[in-house]
Amino acid sequence: MSKKLITVTINGKKEERAVEPRTLLVHFLREDLNLTGAHIGCETSHCGACTVDVDGESVKACTHLAVQCDGSEVLTVEGLADKGVLHAVQEGFYKEHGLQCGFCTPGMLMRAYRFLQENSNPTEDEIRHGMSGNLCRCTGYQNIIKSVQYAAKKLQEPVTA
Amino acid sequence: MNAPVPNAEAREIALAGMGASRLRKEDARFIQGKGNYVDDMKMPGMLHMDIVRSPIAHGRIVKINKEAALAMPGVHAVLTAEDLKPLKLHWMPTLAGDVAAVLADEKVHFQMQEVAIVIADDRYIAADAIEAVEVEYEELPVVMDPYEALQPGAPVIREDLAGKTEGAHGAREHHNHIFTWDAGNKAAADAAFDNAEVTVSQHMYYPRVHPCPLETCGCVASFDPIKGDLTTYITSQAPHVVRTVVSMLSGIPESKVRIVSPDIGGGFGNKVGIYPGYVCAIVASIVLGRPVKWVEDRMENISSTAFARDYHMDGELAATADGKITGLRVNVVADHGAFDACADPTKFPAGMFHIVSGSYDIPAAHASVKGVYTNKTPGGVAYRCSFRVTEAVYLIERMVDVLAQKLNIDKAEIRRRNFIQKEQFPYTSAFGFEYDSGDYPTALEKVLDAVDYKGLRAEQAAKRADPNSPTLMGIGLVTFTEVVGAGPSKICDILGVGMFDSCEIRIHPTGSAIARMGTITQGQGHQTTYAQIIATELGIESEVIQVEEGDTSTAPYGLGTYGSRSTPVAGAAIALAARKIHAKAKKIAAHMLEVNEADLDWEVDRFKVKGDDSKFKTMADVAWQAYHQPPEGMEPGLEAVHYYDPPNFTFPFGIYLAVVDIDRGTGETKIRRFYALDDCGTRINPMIIDGQIHGGLTEGFAVAMGQQMPYDAQGNLLGNTLMDYFLPTMVETPHWETDHTVTPSPHHPIGAKGVAESPHVGSIPTFTSAIVDAFSHLGVTHLDMPHNALRTWKALKANGVNL
Ligand code: FES
Ligand code: FES
Repeated sequence: MSKKLITVTINGKKEERAVEPRTLLVHFLREDLNLTGAHIGCETSHCGACTVDVDGESVKACTHLAVQCDGSEVLTVEGLADKGVLHAVQEGFYKEHGLQCGFCTPGMLMRAYRFLQENSNPTEDEIRHGMSGNLCRCTGYQNIIKSVQYAAKKLQEPVTA
Repeated sequence: MNAPVPNAEAREIALAGMGASRLRKEDARFIQGKGNYVDDMKMPGMLHMDIVRSPIAHGRIVKINKEAALAMPGVHAVLTAEDLKPLKLHWMPTLAGDVAAVLADEKVHFQMQEVAIVIADDRYIAADAIEAVEVEYEELPVVMDPYEALQPGAPVIREDLAGKTEGAHGAREHHNHIFTWDAGNKAAADAAFDNAEVTVSQHMYYPRVHPCPLETCGCVASFDPIKGDLTTYITSQAPHVVRTVVSMLSGIPESKVRIVSPDIGGGFGNKVGIYPGYVCAIVASIVLGRPVKWVEDRMENISSTAFARDYHMDGELAATADGKITGLRVNVVADHGAFDACADPTKFPAGMFHIVSGSYDIPAAHASVKGVYTNKTPGGVAYRCSFRVTEAVYLIERMVDVLAQKLNIDKAEIRRRNFIQKEQFPYTSAFGFEYDSGDYPTALEKVLDAVDYKGLRAEQAAKRADPNSPTLMGIGLVTFTEVVGAGPSKICDILGVGMFDSCEIRIHPTGSAIARMGTITQGQGHQTTYAQIIATELGIESEVIQVEEGDTSTAPYGLGTYGSRSTPVAGAAIALAARKIHAKAKKIAAHMLEVNEADLDWEVDRFKVKGDDSKFKTMADVAWQAYHQPPEGMEPGLEAVHYYDPPNFTFPFGIYLAVVDIDRGTGETKIRRFYALDDCGTRINPMIIDGQIHGGLTEGFAVAMGQQMPYDAQGNLLGNTLMDYFLPTMVETPHWETDHTVTPSPHHPIGAKGVAESPHVGSIPTFTSAIVDAFSHLGVTHLDMPHNALRTWKALKANGVNL
């Protein structure tokens, strides 16, 4: 199958690659770029394990084509920490025991990251709805909700110099 | 000025040993996208495998044409059973004493059965190529109902067993019959029924469900044709057993087979067995001399890897008029699908179903389980359960409710009257289990107080009296006992391998430590909790203790992680390995301090001379000495290995209570409250325990309220994606309240019993109990799961409840 050249900025770094038009974004990330953080749990947009951020929106990379990202900015879990400092959502999941097997976690983190920009001070109910596109089989969600609450609180703290 | 010497309490805190809610050591990699799951593995020259699967449930393979697929660029091979035959790998033994086809041999037995494999340059080409493999089938009549399967004229499912009258577990009565397994004392149980003042009976169906971990199954097999060794990365809950089986099947010496379970994205029993895909990838790697990756998709996972349950159960209780149970009888027809591939200890064809007498002092009991072949997916895993405990607890808890209803005794009261009492432990059940310890009444009262049970019953009575109440209120109560810690090798083995577990601890000269284990975590946080046990036993800070699992070339032999056996079995191995080290360390400390061992006390992290706090040696001091200046005649080093074969199972228990409100108009159920008290003995990391409980309750909620694997009469699985198969999201998942009591196991070195399956086993009947309770005033004694809105709405209509 003939390939198409695409340019995508991934975690702040420009990548130029030739991909088959049918290549899914999640395979492009995992196989071509070795970014294995985004996982594949269902291939049908139901589990959210493959969630990444494309141009400021949560996207399920298992049903999104790599060529659709030509010219886009993509953020994956590997780009979430800033110079080794964990993002508030990462810290939240760690502190509140928001993960067990860790398979859903990259998708959860990427969704939580975007969700908190859509709603910086959510109620528990809003978190439940805002994160409901991401399934977890291990944690029973309660601690994931706490993790998101932790991050929301942390992100609202005034930045100290 | 010298820094003040930290006191014992401060040192204890620094250890972060048992009892500390220590944050998880493993999280750093997961939250940064650095987990290492099977599908993340890449190897030079790696090829990809995909599987051609049967579209029909039962049929003869007339012809397979590979040519078109082989002609596609990038396709390296197409293999069928015919290609596996010369290697004698077209059939494999199952965990249950049966055999299963690796690739369909002349005949397919269930929909989505593996028929051929394709190996190609990448997964896209492999996916294209499986479409190009042409398979012609001659359809055969399909049998989906296990009762029909046992009819005299039923179609023969397993032609390979034609004429075999002896199965792995005794005589076969019929061509679709696998075994009949009896436990308990039939004559005594029958006598109890003959003499009973009251008897009740109930039929119930425990639906077929799927564990559905978020990561599907897969492997990367790499055979080195020059060295003759095989390395396989695999999603397995029991890597050592896989190595043994692979070696037995392939003829490659076990020492040349390396199985690695890297990070596993949830197991829940689904990753215990050996699936054809694994075997095929290994064969493909041997044939092609290159690494081969196979990772199944979600549809394949749901429809072709092992399911759970599928038990058609009849329960009966005999009792006195005031509700004291005198006898229990159980009859089960178990649908095992096309091959008996259940995960069960060898001697228990129906797992530990005979824990069916529950938390109750029942003098006479008998259970009989009949295993049957149908044209369904084979398997039968212990989904978050010790073999068949989930089904057993469901049955007894339902039956006790049914009896309470018949006698008009409150469901809490009838349990009080039948509990095994604290002073009866160790207690031997009518099925021969020796329960180690328990205190059910205390736990029950704690829960009833916490939720204001009396108040809830008053509220329910008021609602029932109000004809305009928009909801029916139900209260579910379950008081369960579990059997975990499989298992004592005198009674438990898998394929003849005793179910011990192991730990090897090595203290380094500078006082840090590494422990290697026979178990493998799938999210249970072993790296954290295991280190805590060592920290407490040896006085080394958890932080500097490394735990490694899952690599058969470095870890000692162990039976793996399932059925909540890690803490009760491997946890004990850790404690005992640590104690061996402790004993040697004490000798060294005595030598260093020039006193007798008897003159030393142990305090948190040091040996000190009795009566003189200033004379001591820490474990770190001892470690250095052990390597560099051991006492004369003593072997240097500080390490130990322990293989722990438990003397008995452990018996954690719990009391769960649920309050539900059912909408009279729609049948939708709101879980208003769910209160779970668990007693798992000694608690190592309360944070992790709570997390395990939340997870188990959520999976229980899914089973009770929405999961099923429906098939049509032709054997088509109606719903094998996450669009159809219910995995709850955050929106519908209830809020969980947890609580605990602590009744240590007397025979376990640290008193720990195991916890992660309890919330699953205990919650499922609690939901049913609550739903049925909402209908109980209408004379309803039982409703089958799943309690989804449609089914509950139908129950409302059937019982004349209108808005
Ligand atoms: S893999 Fe993309 S949503 Fe499940
Ligand atoms: S932590 Fe295992 S799926 Fe979420």
